[in-house]
Amino acid sequence: MSEKDIDGIIEKYRGQPSSLIHALVEIQHQNHWLPREVLHQVADALRVPFAQVMQIASFYKAFSLTPKGRHEVHVCTGMTCHLRGAPKLQAKVEELTGLKDGETDADSRFTFETGACLGSCSIGPELIVDGKHYGRMTPEKVADVLKRYE
Amino acid sequence: MPKLQSAAELKKLRAEILAKRDPAKPCIAVCAGAACDGMDSAAVAAAFLAEVAKQKLGGKLEVRTTGCHGYCEKGPNVVVTPGEICYFEVQPADVPEIIAATLKGEVVERLVYQDPNTGAKAVHMNEVPFYKHQTRLLIGDNPKIDPMRIEDYLAVDGYAALVKALTEMTPEQVLDEVKKANLRGRGGGGFPAGSKWETTRNAPEKTKYVIVNGHEGESAAFMDRAMLTGNPHKVLEGLIIGAYAIGAQKGFMYTRHDMPLLEKHVRNALAEAAEYGLLGKNILGSGFDFECELHFDVGIFVSGESSALMRSIEGNPPEPRPKYIRTSVSGIWDKPSNLNNVETWANVPQIITKGAEWFTSIGSERSKGTKLISLSGNVVNSGIVEVPMGTPLRTLVFDIGGGVRDGKTLKAIHFGGAMGGSIPVDLIDAPLDFDGMSKLGAPIGAGGLLLMDEDTDMVEVARYLLDFLVNESCGKCVPCREGMPQMLHILTNMTEGKGRTGDLERLEDLAEVTGLGSLCALGKTSADPLKSMLRYFKPEYEARIPSAGETK
Repeated sequence: MSEKDIDGIIEKYRGQPSSLIHALVEIQHQNHWLPREVLHQVADALRVPFAQVMQIASFYKAFSLTPKGRHEVHVCTGMTCHLRGAPKLQAKVEELTGLKDGETDADSRFTFETGACLGSCSIGPELIVDGKHYGRMTPEKVADVLKRYE
Repeated sequence: MPKLQSAAELKKLRAEILAKRDPAKPCIAVCAGAACDGMDSAAVAAAFLAEVAKQKLGGKLEVRTTGCHGYCEKGPNVVVTPGEICYFEVQPADVPEIIAATLKGEVVERLVYQDPNTGAKAVHMNEVPFYKHQTRLLIGDNPKIDPMRIEDYLAVDGYAALVKALTEMTPEQVLDEVKKANLRGRGGGGFPAGSKWETTRNAPEKTKYVIVNGHEGESAAFMDRAMLTGNPHKVLEGLIIGAYAIGAQKGFMYTRHDMPLLEKHVRNALAEAAEYGLLGKNILGSGFDFECELHFDVGIFVSGESSALMRSIEGNPPEPRPKYIRTSVSGIWDKPSNLNNVETWANVPQIITKGAEWFTSIGSERSKGTKLISLSGNVVNSGIVEVPMGTPLRTLVFDIGGGVRDGKTLKAIHFGGAMGGSIPVDLIDAPLDFDGMSKLGAPIGAGGLLLMDEDTDMVEVARYLLDFLVNESCGKCVPCREGMPQMLHILTNMTEGKGRTGDLERLEDLAEVTGLGSLCALGKTSADPLKSMLRYFKPEYEARIPSAGETK
């Protein structure tokens, strides 16, 4: 994402302190993380104290204050997925990627995250990579899916 | 599309839309609900469109991408009208065969429902066991509607209730009808919506807000997003009617940020409604002004709590506040704010169109209407189910759900996610009812129903649910922030074989204090699953505590 895109989002909300979350969501969606200098720009443009921007950015789970990998790997840990075998799936992903929940690998290939619930319970347990759902996953199939993402 | 200026213009538009439609022309509805989408229903829909284009069949049949049909277990789902022929687990390769059969008025036998025990087939929706025991008043329109097209909603009499409310009823009459219907909040509390509306209406401030709570953070609850993604105009129509009754000028839809289709459909619905003059100034010439904004939850469970949700809309962290200040009197920016759940709002249009008397004829004595249930866990047929309140759980579990997967036996039924409760199988004849289920210790909550089979370890389930809540607590009050991790610690020890004498007493103690000392429902009810398990499954817990003499 270019600086111009970020500037565009910030400009849209200039002078609107109540739109802080909107602005951060858009930047997060496009840029996948919130660099500190961008948060300073947001604070100045929306006229919100930087401390408050940090409070919001660090509180909500959707915001990331560190860069993410090229691919976001997600295991749903919702109740149905849990009952249908998500813990084993999670263990397999952790084994294959060497990552724990929330971590990114050194060459920025994967960021691994867990979370609940994505509402596709009928096809759980689920592995989601970059928003694409892989339903009814078994630990055996994980390696095959991850191979598709370089 | 020029703005509609009056009810008559809307009526004329509806007549034009219907005149252009031939009910005999086959329509293939491909489900794009969350589960079907996850099974790549988009590829199926694309294959239908490509085949129709290739064979130049545009004049002979229609292909429609819709919201959730309900039978998620067997996705991708396809329903062909007329006749509501249901095809399950459809793959792109099946497409030419379905098209050929549809044009000839035939059925592709190998893709219809087949009973796993008897082998009997069911072709039409009203014959499929999963559907035939349901009363699909809210979700039933989903296969008929492309959520991106307001015309589809208008074609099923959409916005007729709004017209009736604005042209034939005063705000007081609308409020009265909803009160008489005894519509109870579908989000979990079961509080009468009419009384809540009245409080906001009577609050002295002039500026008032109405809010759709589409946060749906409850684990294994997915009916609200199915409703809002599949038929956003129905929810919006309910909201506009509510705003009219309450005297609100502005509404907020608060929903999930992580469902791209949901966002797309709601954004589009709001834009269409504004374009058609159903939102904005002087709606349908009635003199009533109303606008609606879309807001997103950005990932924490507690922001579904009403006061926390309102802080989030203001742009603040979602910390709940004490309940003695009611949000219906002082909510967003301290203005009276009426919040209802997606399903509650979706019920409003039919109450206005068909009347309170009709509505109260459905359901149990104290819980009226139907309820959307997300059926999942160790169940054969998971999906979204709609049944009248008062329906015995047995119907949900066996007739609709088809019982337990993999030939196992049912151990427990869990309602209400992480703040709900589990009841044992011998209570399966209990009716689905707000008050009855609460008394049993498994409040309906938003409507997530899970089956747990014989292999389920109830101590592990309680541990899992607390682990979820510990991560979702906002941390504002100490009993919640510190009490839950202590309970989690004890339960984790118990699941690891490190239970100690006195653990159960300590758990009961912590559960009580956390419940009494926390501000919002998250902390207050955090130990509810645990309490229900100590009530019904205590021997399992006791078995994890070494008896006197063998303490490690």
